[in-house]
Amino acid sequence: MSVGESLGTDHQLARMLQIGIVLEEVVEARASKHVETIAGETNVEQYMESAAEESARHRDRLEGLIADLDAETVPFEQIETLVEATYEADDEFDDVLYHQLCNEETAYKFYDDLIEAIESSQTEYSIERERVLATLREIRSEEEEGVEEVTRIMEDHK
Amino acid sequence: MNTADQYLKAIYLAQMIDDGPASTGQLADMLDVSPASVNEMIGKLEDRGLADHEKYKGARLTDEGISRARDAIQTYCIIERFLANVLEVKNYREEARALESVIDDTVAERLDTIIDRRPECPDCFDPEADQCECLVVEMEGKAD
Repeated sequence: MSVGESLGTDHQLARMLQIGIVLEEVVEARASKHVETIAGETNVEQYMESAAEESARHRDRLEGLIADLDAETVPFEQIETLVEATYEADDEFDDVLYHQLCNEETAYKFYDDLIEAIESSQTEYSIERERVLATLREIRSEEEEGVEEVTRIMEDHK
Repeated sequence: MNTADQYLKAIYLAQMIDDGPASTGQLADMLDVSPASVNEMIGKLEDRGLADHEKYKGARLTDEGISRARDAIQTYCIIERFLANVLEVKNYREEARALESVIDDTVAERLDTIIDRRPECPDCFDPEADQCECLVVEMEGKAD
């Protein structure tokens, strides 16, 4: 256990990016499943599709960073299988949106904590720190927009 | 998991190992910090009603402290299981310890949805081994 120390090595940074990829994979797989659940609600369907696409883009960007840190990633198919195995379909429209909101909020919190940990670390990573931070800040910003968009859709359906 | 939760978890596990209060020295060893840092944090935990400290004996968690510590162990268990069985990390214990301070409870809850954790968690956590005694590692020989 280490208190007050975080992300002191390339390896730990790569591991956190891998966790980010898995979180994106969870969002992507669940959003795709949700599209099936809410068929007919055009604006929500469109949102879920764009959420899945956005997560796939985020994955690619994180994978790009990991490639320069020389670490492996977990294949999407493997996560999809895990999500399938544990996924309980939400019958209620509100539940679908609520779960999507939780996913977006969790992703935002993850990137926010990760950015803070990198900023407070003195470690010289083999990848340029500013490149990592710029990428993560952009992704965090998109997650924030996602939270706002789901909240808006939830308000519209009240 | 924040620093206070890491201390609560360590005190809880130390109490389990010794069946008594957790000494400053033991906590310093477990958390790899100085005894002065331990004393400072125990003072803060006392102020928040999460622990009681008796001179020359050590720290004991209050009921609220125990509840928080058990939550922290669950979060830790999620991280260990996730690293071992999703990312297939061989040194999952060491890595879980290194990353626990960066992974928030809400993130751990999300990771929990794709791992197979026992309903009796955290009672199945082995304080000596510092891992869940029911953890079955499903390695396929990858990741270091």
